[in-house]
Amino acid sequence: MKRLILSMAALLLLITSIRGQQGLAVHGDFEINSQFYNPDSIIDAKQPPQKIAANIYGYITLRYNNFTAGLRYETYQNALLGYDQRYNGQGIAHRFIQYADTFVTVTLGNFYEQFGNGLVLRTYENRALGFDNALDGARLLLHPAPGIYLKALIGHQRYYWTDGPGVVRGVDGEININQALNIDWKTGITLGGSFVSRFQSDDNPVYILPQNVAAFAGRLNINRGFFNLNAEYAYKINDPSADNFYIYKDGSALYVSMSYASRGLGIILSANRYDNFSFRSDRNATGNDLLINSLPTIVPTHAYALENIYPYAVQPQGEMGISGEIFYRFRRKSLLGGRYGTLISLNFIRINNIDKTPRFDGTGYASRFLVPGKDIFYQEMGLKLEKKFSPHFKLKAKYVNLVYNKDFVQGLVGYGTVWANIGIIDLTWKINSHHALRSELQTLQSHQDLGNWIMGFVEYSISPHWYFTIMEQYNYNNTHINQPVNYYTGAITYVQGGTRLSIGYGRQREGIVCVGGVCRNVPASNGLIFNFSTTF
Amino acid sequence: MKKFVLLTTLILSILSFSLAQQNTFTLPSVTLRTLDGKTINTADLLQDSTPVIIDFWATWCKPCIIELNTLNDLYPDWQDETGVKIIAISVDEPRTMNRVAPFVSARGWEFEILLDPDGQFKRAMNVVNIPHSFLIAPDGHIVWQHSGFAPGDEELMYQEIQKLAKQSNE
Repeated sequence: MKRLILSMAALLLLITSIRGQQGLAVHGDFEINSQFYNPDSIIDAKQPPQKIAANIYGYITLRYNNFTAGLRYETYQNALLGYDQRYNGQGIAHRFIQYADTFVTVTLGNFYEQFGNGLVLRTYENRALGFDNALDGARLLLHPAPGIYLKALIGHQRYYWTDGPGVVRGVDGEININQALNIDWKTGITLGGSFVSRFQSDDNPVYILPQNVAAFAGRLNINRGFFNLNAEYAYKINDPSADNFYIYKDGSALYVSMSYASRGLGIILSANRYDNFSFRSDRNATGNDLLINSLPTIVPTHAYALENIYPYAVQPQGEMGISGEIFYRFRRKSLLGGRYGTLISLNFIRINNIDKTPRFDGTGYASRFLVPGKDIFYQEMGLKLEKKFSPHFKLKAKYVNLVYNKDFVQGLVGYGTVWANIGIIDLTWKINSHHALRSELQTLQSHQDLGNWIMGFVEYSISPHWYFTIMEQYNYNNTHINQPVNYYTGAITYVQGGTRLSIGYGRQREGIVCVGGVCRNVPASNGLIFNFSTTF
Repeated sequence: MKKFVLLTTLILSILSFSLAQQNTFTLPSVTLRTLDGKTINTADLLQDSTPVIIDFWATWCKPCIIELNTLNDLYPDWQDETGVKIIAISVDEPRTMNRVAPFVSARGWEFEILLDPDGQFKRAMNVVNIPHSFLIAPDGHIVWQHSGFAPGDEELMYQEIQKLAKQSNE
């Protein structure tokens, strides 16, 4: 670690000394997310003893011809509530050097990588989740010919301010047959394969645990005209872990997505089946720690606040789902299209658990591949309409019917299943060339759990610098508390080029933020929020 | 701790020295994917001698969609007048990556769409929030950038494009 930092510093010096007047590019970004907390007994918001918390990130890259060096400094004084408090402190969380030309890329230090759809390996950073599972080691990427690449990597994963105990080794290759053979078929075919292995010594006094755990994946992408098919299948040898309660069972993962995209019409069909497929570089880790892979969920990311009260989190231990979505645009000047066209979309998603028959030979259970389990984890039916009435006035309207098994999805007990209806109206009014008003009216109606919500949101923008935002969420008929609660926030944002500064005040509701299978609990809070980011 | 202070000082001094010099910028070399599954290197994005707008977006980002809808309406006129090329880089993760093609075609967007599912290009361009747009000169310089989108921002963007197109013609 020390040696690497020193050698990187030496390289930076070398770069500085050898460059002429031109050729060195220095870029970076800087971000502050901070909050002053007030206690608020109505929403059960706590004030930490230090009253203020801040997550601060600074990232700098130096590029000279084919070389890049970068580092990210992070300081958490302390981490914002809802972020893992093991981040408290400061230091260089990420540093690397890289050489890249059109044939080869070599990276030493920290890096992010993804094989295929991420079924067997995906390392990434997501600051909204407080998530970073970067590898620390070495990576080699080769492009021997157009349409062909090979990757090889080795390293340990970031675990807050140290590295995880397991070492991750992986190779991945992909060939786009049309590009590689330089042929002009109407059908485009891409084939890929990955192999990832984790080594962690067996320190368990009772069980004999596999020290090397391998996972394989094969993928295929076919496209012809408007059609596209993307499929990936992965298999993992038995990996007794805290996630699967130490069973000796192999895991599998299948992800298939088909789409049709012609002008004005889009169709997407997806299906998945995940069985005992959590993969970490520490078999004893839980939560969001040391994940090697990231299983894509078939639930798209939701854009509206009340849709995110019940977010889906992928269940690596077992889920089976299908989803379909259609976009259609009525042409301009048609009956339903009006003067500017009308876009409608319809979607359906259903996710169940997998079929499981208990076994007592150490493998935990048996599962029939094509048979879904009886429990519904998640179901969504939605209808969305987007219409432009004039150059100044646009409307979006959305209806969603939701079935959400809170116990299964969030790993809780006693909350059961929530049935909810959500309605959303979103209006954009461009008042003149610089002033615009965007407003949202949303409601969520449910007889379970948190009950009913009504939300209003107004944003007044003055291009190119100012945004004024007010939001009110009103929660009533909540089954856990007797009185209705108001969650109000206001914010002013100033943007100048790549710099953004925002000050807000208000109450935030308790909830979870999920991106894919990774979620973060956000506690209720009351206070002043200051955010800043810049790119240079 | 001592080492850390040393290192920080070292880097800051290098940085201040470097920033004082002319800062030439070429696009970082990163592999992106086209909607039909081919790979493309970012170095190849600047082959034509025209201004290029690089715009980072995602299917779940509301202001991004408002921005790209707006740009799509203006794009034919902008192209005729300045030759500008708009490249929209989707940072959709694998879970929504396969939605991009149908999403785009239903909206009839005319610009080039590329996929950056693991965010390599986004990181290399130091983008923190989306939408984030860059105006790139044919020689690779970032001439202008803007974070976020409010209706009306497109006029500012177009003024910058016109300025650049005029310079290139002189």
